[in-house]
Amino acid sequence: MLALFYLFAALAVGSAAMVITRRNAVHSALWLIVTFFAVAGLFILQRAEFLAAVQVLVYAGGIMVLFLFVIMLVNLEQTSGQFRSPLRLATAATVTALTVGGVAAVLAGAGPLSGVAFAEGPPISPMVREGMLAGNLEAVGMQLLTTYLLPFELVSLVLMVAVIGAIVLARRDA
Amino acid sequence: MDAVAGTNHYLVVSLLLFGIGVAGVLIRRNAVVVLMSIELILNAANLNFIAFNGRIQAAGGPSNNMGQIFSLFIIAVAAAEAAIGLAIVIALMRSRDSINVDQVDLMKG
Repeated sequence: MLALFYLFAALAVGSAAMVITRRNAVHSALWLIVTFFAVAGLFILQRAEFLAAVQVLVYAGGIMVLFLFVIMLVNLEQTSGQFRSPLRLATAATVTALTVGGVAAVLAGAGPLSGVAFAEGPPISPMVREGMLAGNLEAVGMQLLTTYLLPFELVSLVLMVAVIGAIVLARRDA
Repeated sequence: MDAVAGTNHYLVVSLLLFGIGVAGVLIRRNAVVVLMSIELILNAANLNFIAFNGRIQAAGGPSNNMGQIFSLFIIAVAAAEAAIGLAIVIALMRSRDSINVDQVDLMKG
């Protein structure tokens, strides 16, 4: 389990670093797909199998196709000048260091959060263990359609507004 | 118990992903890559939700998968955000023939 965790973690962080350092936007997009798959692997290690599937389907399957289409439409030939001026880079380094350093300090000060015994990762949900639900998909699906029914339906409204907004924004005669 | 990854491990990975995302937003000129970096930041947030969801269940808390459901909503909002952001990139390309974020400074004082 620990070896798998380190594999996925290294893959996620390494490919994320490649995303922001590649000059070609298509290469960035392809590395981003690797990141999404690695994060999906981390989700599975935490017994969030349904979320891992959604991550691959929605991110790697849907959003990345959208990104690649837009990269194709805006047709970037220039591969130089992709990074901002040295002054901006110095500012960016300072802001990033402060943000990451601050969160790291809080994390270090919070003491070991791994105090809970993770014998085999998080346990299987009781309802699944007792055979009342078939698995993570059914457990999450049941929650979505009972307790979280209203937010779940509102998400479809958000998506519809986003689709209409995207069409209006990208219209040729807008 | 040291043979498995604890919550701290996940938080460190999430912190690194978040830092890389912030750096990407700040150093890149290409608006499409800036949007990709925002997706990295959202993924880092999802990783935190999942890690704490697993932690609550391991500690014997309520097994209502709340963290997983929050992550699901974040993914849906991220999809909407990507669609709107990329539509803006296309509109930008039409009106200025460039998606360089340094050149979009109409509101700069």
